[in-house]
Amino acid sequence: MSSQIGLVPIILISTGVAFDLVGALGLIRLPDVYNRLQAATKCVTLGTFLVLIGVLVHSGWNAMGIKALLAAIFVLWTSPTGSHALARGAHIAGVRLWEGTVVDKYKEDTGR
Amino acid sequence: MDTLKRRLLDFVIYFALWLLLTWSLDWQGVVVGAILAVLFALALSGLLPKGAERLFSPVRWFWAIMHLLSLLFWIIVANFDVLYRVLHPNLPIRPGIVKIKTTLKSDEAKAFLANSITLTPGTLTIDIIDDWLYIHWINVHESLEDAEAITRDIAGRFEVTLRRVFD
Repeated sequence: MSSQIGLVPIILISTGVAFDLVGALGLIRLPDVYNRLQAATKCVTLGTFLVLIGVLVHSGWNAMGIKALLAAIFVLWTSPTGSHALARGAHIAGVRLWEGTVVDKYKEDTGR
Repeated sequence: MDTLKRRLLDFVIYFALWLLLTWSLDWQGVVVGAILAVLFALALSGLLPKGAERLFSPVRWFWAIMHLLSLLFWIIVANFDVLYRVLHPNLPIRPGIVKIKTTLKSDEAKAFLANSITLTPGTLTIDIIDDWLYIHWINVHESLEDAEAITRDIAGRFEVTLRRVFD
């Protein structure tokens, strides 16, 4: 592994960080739990995925690269599951949707 | 598939994961990994769901890769969608929860469908009750029927591949 970082890892990692930043901005700007989870899930999943793939490209198929790849797969797999659990939990616990929300079929059907 | 085979498959997966994570063939590490994999395979039964022999079908793997490719494409679209909504000064959102019916049968397929929908533009799966998926939209379409039709399309494009992987 050289100390010189190639062009491809730089592009991957900086794009990933940029998407992470947008996800963080979304967390602040969007109005309620559910919308914030949308931003957090989509942007942070791809952002973290790209950073980890960047690490893989930079370090190659060695101990660090393989760990980064495994972490990337687990992030892709588990982060939507986590946000589903948070959204469902919030809804059951009675966290209100934003006042501009147009429809809530879940409440109509489950009464929660 | 009988219990012994399932346990053996669990062992192979745990052991492979250990080897990948440690990334060394030093004999001490390999022995510790093998012992731990045996313990895990015995203590935690059922890493894999029923019908694990589906793992050995190359056709299913081919469709799994197709699914992953289409998913990656939609994840990238989703990110530009969020980028637009978050950075737009007026915050153009119109959130709501709609429900749709899925045609997938197995639990694994439904779980992967829910995860895939969460990662695509503007949608987040809140819950699955029987065959109904409850989906939070960041921008619900003007008329509700249209909104449910659009959601149906989104689920449909993943159901095509997921049915071939799991069902």
